[in-house]
Amino acid sequence: MNARIDMPLSRREFLKASGALIVSASGSAFLGDALAQVTASTGRPPVVPTELDSWVAIGADGRVTAFFGKMDMGQSLDIAIAQIVADELDVAVDKVDVVMGDTALTCNQGGASGSTGVFQGARPLRNASAEARRLLVQAASGKLGVPVEQLRVDEGVVSAVPDASKKVSYSELIGGRHFNHQVEWNKQTGNAMDIKVPAKPKPPSEYRVVGKSYTRRDLPGKVYRTEKYVTDISLPNMLHARVIRPTRAACTVAGVDEASIRKIKGARVVRDKDFVAVLAPGEWDAVRASRMLKVSWDHAKAAPFPAMADLHDHIRKAPVVKREEGTRKGNLDAAFKTAARVVEAEYEWPFQSHASMGPACAVADVRADGVTVWSGSQKPHFTQLGVARLLGLPPEKVHVIWVYGPGSYGRNDAGDAALDAAMLSKLAGRPVRVQGMRSDGIAWDPKGPACVHRARAALDASGKVVGYEFVSKGFSRINIQTNESDPSHSLVGMSTGFPPKPNEGFGTPAETYAFENKLLAWETIPPLLDSCSPLRTAHLRDPVGPEIHFGSEQFIDELAFAANEDPVAFRLKYVSAPRDAAVIKAAADKAGWQARSGARERSGDVLSGRGIAYALRGGTIVAAVAEIEVERKTGRIHAKKFTVAHDCGLIINPEGLRYTIEGNVVHGLSRTLFEEVRFDRDKVTSIDWMSYPILDIKDAPESIEVVLINHPEIAPTGAGEPTIRVIPAAVANAFFDATGVRMRKVPLTPERVKAALARA
Amino acid sequence: MARIKFAVDGKAVTVNADPNMPLLYALRNDLKMTNPHFGCGLAQCGACTVHLDGEAVRSCVMPVSAVAGKKVTTLQGLGTPENPHPLQAAYVEEQVPQCGYCINGWIMTAAAYLKKNPKASDAELRDALAGLKCRCGTHVSILRAIKRAQTQMA
Repeated sequence: MNARIDMPLSRREFLKASGALIVSASGSAFLGDALAQVTASTGRPPVVPTELDSWVAIGADGRVTAFFGKMDMGQSLDIAIAQIVADELDVAVDKVDVVMGDTALTCNQGGASGSTGVFQGARPLRNASAEARRLLVQAASGKLGVPVEQLRVDEGVVSAVPDASKKVSYSELIGGRHFNHQVEWNKQTGNAMDIKVPAKPKPPSEYRVVGKSYTRRDLPGKVYRTEKYVTDISLPNMLHARVIRPTRAACTVAGVDEASIRKIKGARVVRDKDFVAVLAPGEWDAVRASRMLKVSWDHAKAAPFPAMADLHDHIRKAPVVKREEGTRKGNLDAAFKTAARVVEAEYEWPFQSHASMGPACAVADVRADGVTVWSGSQKPHFTQLGVARLLGLPPEKVHVIWVYGPGSYGRNDAGDAALDAAMLSKLAGRPVRVQGMRSDGIAWDPKGPACVHRARAALDASGKVVGYEFVSKGFSRINIQTNESDPSHSLVGMSTGFPPKPNEGFGTPAETYAFENKLLAWETIPPLLDSCSPLRTAHLRDPVGPEIHFGSEQFIDELAFAANEDPVAFRLKYVSAPRDAAVIKAAADKAGWQARSGARERSGDVLSGRGIAYALRGGTIVAAVAEIEVERKTGRIHAKKFTVAHDCGLIINPEGLRYTIEGNVVHGLSRTLFEEVRFDRDKVTSIDWMSYPILDIKDAPESIEVVLINHPEIAPTGAGEPTIRVIPAAVANAFFDATGVRMRKVPLTPERVKAALARA
Repeated sequence: MARIKFAVDGKAVTVNADPNMPLLYALRNDLKMTNPHFGCGLAQCGACTVHLDGEAVRSCVMPVSAVAGKKVTTLQGLGTPENPHPLQAAYVEEQVPQCGYCINGWIMTAAAYLKKNPKASDAELRDALAGLKCRCGTHVSILRAIKRAQTQMA
C-alpha cells in the first residue's frame, strides 16, 4: 500500500471542516456551516471517481466513512449502504458513517434517482470497500510478516489465522490518513457511475450483515427534532425571501410598485426581468411583504389552458411531438382482422403534484470567492451545475450541501428553490433563505403528466389473446428535466431569459406477457405553455409508472373477464418470466386469493372486492392484491388491506424494504383515490390541501402485508418506486370485482364512483 | 409591535413582535426553536403543531399575542432521547418517519388526545388525527406506533 502519511485529521474534524451532513450510528448531525477548501485543509486527494479516497476513508478512531453521491429521501437508504460497506470491509455496521450528497465530499452519482440508490449507487461503494480491504490486508501482511492468504479480518482488525496474536487494526494501518490509490472509473457520471478494482467483492454467501434488518439512523434526529432540515439552516446576516409568482400563467412583469411595501421596515424588492421577490430580515416580514407587494402583470397569452373538463379530449386531439414504440412484434393487422372478438378501452390520468409536506426551501450564500447552497434537492451535484450556469460561474466555485428537505418524490419544487436562493443572494449581496408558501408547493411545482392510454386486444374464438396494443399519449414526463443542471429547466432561469428546452419522454408498460402480436408505444404532445408553466411536467415518483399501469394492468383484467378467466390465472397463463409468475403467485397466495371469473351477484350498501396488478420496474418485480369496500351511498372507497409481493433480487435490509413498500402503497392509494391538480383557463387552482386533497388517515389501509422474495444470487435492484405503480390498477380491479363497474379515470373520487354506479 | 411574554418548553421567554404574527415565526425565528415546521400556514397539515396549555394547536395560524401568559410545549419539550415521551419512543421503535417533516403534527396531536382518551380505539384515533398530513404514506406505521405507545402508557 502506498498510503501517504499526511496531516492526520480525525474523521469528525475533517467533516466539520466541510460542513457536511453525516449520518452515523448515533444519528445524523449537521456539523458547522463554513466550508473550507476541503482538499486543501485535509490533504484528501481531489474528490474524483478515480481516487479510492473519494469513496471510503478510515478514521484515526477506526471508524469508516463512506462517501455516497446519492442521498436518502426517507427510505433509509444510508443504512443499506452502511451494511454493504461493512460487509466488504469486515467492520461492524455501527462503525460505518455515510456522508451523503455533498458536492465537495462526494462524486456525482446522480443523486436520488429512479430507485437506483442500492441498484446502481451501491456498486462503486461496494467495489471501493473491497479494494480498501485488499490494500489494508496487503499492508498488514507486510507489517506482520504473514502471507495475505493466512490473514483474516474481524471488526476492522487484521490477524494471522495460525497465530491470532499477530494482529493490526485498520486504524493502526491507515487511520486518519489517505489511501492515495487510483481506481478505474467507467467514465460515467450520474446513476451509472462505477469503478473497477483488482479486489473481488465478496460472494453473497459471505455476507454477514447484508440481508439483516438494521434500524434506520435518522430516527432520533427526526423524532426528537435534534436534526436540522434545510428549512432550519440559518446564516449570520441572512435575509428571508419569498418569490412572487404570477397570479396567472403566461405573465410578464409590467411593473413593480416598490412603495407598496414601504411600511414594512427592512423589506425590499429585488427583480431581474420577470423574476420578482421580496426580502426582509424577518421571515414574517418577508411573508407580509409578499402579500402586500403590488405587481402589475402583462398577460402575454390569454387562456393558455383548456377547460379542465376538456383536458383529456385536448390530449386525444393534440398533435404528436414524438412517438416511440417500445415493443412491436408480430402482425397486428392480421391479428385484429381475424379476431373473433376485439376488446377496447381508454384510461385517463390527471396532472398530479408532488405536494411535498412542506414547500421547498433553500439557503444560498453568494460571495465573491464562491457560492454555498444548502438544498433539499434530490440532485445536489446537478444543482451545483445549475447554480453555476445561472450565475455565470465555473462549477468548482459552487458548493451544494444537501440537507433533509420537506419531502421529495422526484423533480419537485426543491430544484427551483435552490436556484431561486442563489439568484436572490446574488441580487441582495447577502445570504438568503427562501421558502415557498403552500401554494408554491402545489400550484407551481413541476407536475406529473396528464395522459390518456388506449388499449386494444384481439381474442380468438377460444378466448386466447392474439393481438395486443397499448399506446399512451400525454404530456412529456421530461418537459422539465429530471434535474436543475440547466437553468432553462427552472422558473428563475426561464423568468430571466433562459429559453425553454423541452424534452420528450414517456414510457410503456413493463411486463412479460407473451402475446404473439404486440405493440407497446407512447406519444407525447406539446406543453400547454412553453415557458414558466405551472403545468410544466416532470418526474413524479415512479415517473409515468402509476399512470401507465393503471391502464395496462386494468386492461389485462378486462381481457381476463372477456375470456371468462380468473385474473390471477390469466396473468400466470401469459407472463413469460418465471420470477414474474412467482411474484404474482406469492401475492395471491398470501392474500388468500379465491379464483373467480365472469359476472357475480352483488347486493347491499357496502360492496367488497379484491383485485390484483403486477409490473416490473428496473429489474424489480412487484404484485399487489387490494381488498376494498365500496359504499354505494357515499361513493367512498375504503382500501382495507393490501398484500404486496416484492422481488428486487438480493435484499439488503428487510425492515427498511418493508417500510419503503408500505409508503409506496399509501402514496399510491392517495394518488389513485384523491389526487388531481385543478386548473382553469389560465392558472392552477389547486393551491392548498383543500383544493389538492390527499389521503387522510381515515382512508389509510387497515393493514399492509408484505411478502419479500429474496434472491441472494441476483444483484439487488430498486425498491423506492416499483410498488407504487401497481396500486392504482389493483384498486380499480378490486372496484370492478366489488361492483361490476370499470373506473377508467383517476382519481376515483366519491362523486365519480356514485356517478359510475348510477350509470351501471 | 408588542412585548409578549410566555413560556416555551419550561422556559420564560419574551418576544417583541407584531401581535398578529403567527406563533410559529416567533418560535422559529425570534426564539430559534425551529422544531415546529412550516407546512402550509393554513392550519391544514399539522407540521407546526405545539401544545398550548396542554392542547394541540397549529402555531402557523395562532397569533403570538394569543399565547401571552401561556405555556407552549414543542416536540423538543415533549421528550428527549434521554427522557422520551412514550409516543416518541414508539415512533423510534416502529421506525415510523420517512422524510419526517410531518412528525410534529402526529405526535403532538396524539399526545394531547391520548391524555384525554388513553384507551382510544383505532376508529377514535383516526377521527382524532383526521386532517393531519403525511406525504410519504407512513400512516399505517403511525397507527402502529400510537398503539404501541398506548400499551406503554396503560
